[in-house]
Amino acid sequence: MELRSQVPSGPIETRWSRHRSALKLVAPANKPKHRVIVVGSGLAGASAAASLAELGYPVECFCFQDSPRRAHSVAAQGGINAAKNYQNDGDSVFRLFADTLKGGDFRSRESNVYRLAELSVNIIDQCVAQGVPFAREYGGLLANRSFGGVQVSRTFYARGQTGQQLLLGAYQALERQIARGAVRMHTRHEMLDLVVVDGAARGVIVRDLVSGELSAHGADAVVLATGGYSNVFYLSTNAKGCNVTAIWRAYKRGAAFANPCFTQIHPTCIPPSGKHQAKLTLMSESLRNDGRIWVPQRPGDTRPPADIPDAERDYYLERQYPSYGNLVARDVASRRAKEACDTGRGVGPGGHGVYLDFRDAIARLGQATIAERYGNLFEMYERITGEDPYRAPMRIYPAPHYTMGGLWVDYNLMSTLPGLFVIGEANFSDHGANRLGASALMQGLADGYFVLPYTIGHYLATAHPRAIDPGHAAFQGGRREVEARLAGFVAARGRRSADHFHRELGAALWDACGMSRTGAGLRSAIERVQRLRDEWRDDLYVGGTGTDLNQSLEHAGRVADFLELAELMCRDALHREESCGCHFREESQTADGEPKRDDARFGYVAAWEFTGTDRAPALHQEPLTFEAMQPGQRSYK
Amino acid sequence: MILVLHVWRQLNGAAPGGFVRYEVKDVTPDMSLLEVLDVLNEDLIARHEEPVAFDHDCREGICGACGMVVNGRPHGPRRATTACQLHVRHLEGRTELWLEPWRAKAFPVVKDLIVDRSAFDRVIQAGGFVSVRTGSAPEANALPVPKRDADLAMDAAQCIGCGACVAACPNASAMLFVAAKVSHLGLLPQGQPERYARVGEMVGAMEREGFGACTNHGECMAACPKEISIDFIARLNRDYLRGVFSRQAGPDGPHPTEG
Repeated sequence: MELRSQVPSGPIETRWSRHRSALKLVAPANKPKHRVIVVGSGLAGASAAASLAELGYPVECFCFQDSPRRAHSVAAQGGINAAKNYQNDGDSVFRLFADTLKGGDFRSRESNVYRLAELSVNIIDQCVAQGVPFAREYGGLLANRSFGGVQVSRTFYARGQTGQQLLLGAYQALERQIARGAVRMHTRHEMLDLVVVDGAARGVIVRDLVSGELSAHGADAVVLATGGYSNVFYLSTNAKGCNVTAIWRAYKRGAAFANPCFTQIHPTCIPPSGKHQAKLTLMSESLRNDGRIWVPQRPGDTRPPADIPDAERDYYLERQYPSYGNLVARDVASRRAKEACDTGRGVGPGGHGVYLDFRDAIARLGQATIAERYGNLFEMYERITGEDPYRAPMRIYPAPHYTMGGLWVDYNLMSTLPGLFVIGEANFSDHGANRLGASALMQGLADGYFVLPYTIGHYLATAHPRAIDPGHAAFQGGRREVEARLAGFVAARGRRSADHFHRELGAALWDACGMSRTGAGLRSAIERVQRLRDEWRDDLYVGGTGTDLNQSLEHAGRVADFLELAELMCRDALHREESCGCHFREESQTADGEPKRDDARFGYVAAWEFTGTDRAPALHQEPLTFEAMQPGQRSYK
Repeated sequence: MILVLHVWRQLNGAAPGGFVRYEVKDVTPDMSLLEVLDVLNEDLIARHEEPVAFDHDCREGICGACGMVVNGRPHGPRRATTACQLHVRHLEGRTELWLEPWRAKAFPVVKDLIVDRSAFDRVIQAGGFVSVRTGSAPEANALPVPKRDADLAMDAAQCIGCGACVAACPNASAMLFVAAKVSHLGLLPQGQPERYARVGEMVGAMEREGFGACTNHGECMAACPKEISIDFIARLNRDYLRGVFSRQAGPDGPHPTEG
């Protein structure tokens, strides 16, 4: 396997425009001859499917939800960054680029990051034209806020529902193309395998989740826009249905998986309340602007927070990071919270929580101001916990939120398999080892609206895919393999449900491959995951049939893939003997406990190649070089 | 505590359905209703019985996937709350719940508590969009939008497409859903060129899908987890009538930018 990044050379400011101008085009009369499959209908998938259909390509779009409008992009709260500089505060494409590259701790490709910053401005134009009701100032112009600790106000937002509104914009564009007959939408269909013919991606095997029927679909190119894999941890902020299956199947068919261990753990989530907990809810990190984070100084102190005097509280972020205080980066805030809990000072059920206290902010600004700023978040917290954050501090705890890792793609967003394109959170491309706030929505839409529609044309114009034969052995064989896998799940006669295994897997991974990782911990986690896979083979029970709507069967298929992915994540984390971004290896830290990056040994993208079941995956390295900006060390002290 | 659930079980749209009684033990006030169903399903799987099928995804009240009638009310007794955000402590002492799917001709039952809401997507296909090609947009700040209009548009745009309004309406009308989209786009300058065509097309699609007519019961607003106001239905009616006159009047009828 060779990793050819296709990154253009020359001045970074003009790389994308020069590259785009050199891309081959498909003649209008030929576009209808190239069918494209898009799997997933979130920001990336819906925007890509709609844009490709507008260009004249026949598109088949698949989503497992009952409507494309429900894809998990809908849940993003905070906002979307764009280098518009409407606030006249000195923002620029270069600044957004620099912030994103630094935020990723210099583990992303600078050319991709620059392009992302460049396209951010077009995204806002496009969304406003679609009728996305962004927040506005009294003069009628677009409003911005500062987000995620950056020094400029470049975040566009629609109350706390930015993801929802952007997704509805893309969804409406998609529905318009469905009405025209340009997109055939398949809801409640899940992709269960990728079909590769003569080394190129030529189709997918999908299951109709209502009838259970399997079908094979052929195309000249396949686009995966299937999101991230945070649900490998069981408890995460992702929707329950989010899964790795589409990209994992593609990995097993030959697409390299890059940086699987780069997973973002978000610091401000509502802690689990018991073993029934099904998922975790994120609260916007804007709360850290006014809330102060603390734990009791004494381990095992169970007094109510109001009874603990200031002198016996440890405002640990303010103590350790005097200049940034409670606004340190997400990974730092998360890791320090875990540390506080690991030393027995966690609060709430199971000791899994730290306080986020608004007492001082309310005293300083008044309850009305706090209500105006965070009223909806306070209400959400009260709804879930039954506690009133105006009176008692919130309890927060970190939760897996986003996965920077994903399928490896070149500058054209094509994976190592020709004809397989991967966009949005499903690829690894733009966020390096950590993602900045308000940049996930930006990447999904940049990929779908403004990158893929150009680059896919170049592939179709140069690769000349031959007419697809649905009777080809690869389609029949793929279908039979999926059939056999599903039949195996249904026939399993063990005692434990897929959910049971999923919880165990999540706990193991959270301990060893979460916020803080060690060689020994990762090695034993790999063994634990392997044991869990053995038990899965012997002790799984799914029930029902494969020829009906069977949610247990859907879940079993997803957990089976998580069980394999988990091992790859641990292997990736084990091999990367440095700390960078979200990835903190305890062996690689400075004397005062800060992460130590090792550019000489690990300044590369780790791309893993599947080499066979029960065989170690092969590591390939894409070296990262920086011309526009030299790597520096972060400091929040 | 023990919670008694009477759950509507139905194999598919063609099969007859009925309530089945279950007891769920060790329920705590911190559990959400869907977590109670998770526990029930784990029990059922352990007994090798078929688990209850229900739609759910984000469990944060924003994706609109979940939805069931709880003791006669869509999404249950708590104001402005989806089923996934309804916690046992919000049940105010109720220990016996009846869970049913949305009941509407346009939402056929798929299985148990799951219904087919694709009619909503088809109503959007009829005109719930602004026809703008990717790449053809003007500079975002070229056209100022009065804050009041933008805020009101956002109030309408919050709709999550869950279908509770239809389930609550005695006529199974989708008027609130349609009105929310018509108002969201009709309040913004970007939505003006297609404003009157849109409302006509969407209302036509709603009727074709088998949703009933609006007779001003207001149950939709009470059930809406996003508290979308029926004022938007009045707005829809105004635009609809103006659209009808405009089509009758031909090219000299009211111009979209009036009113």
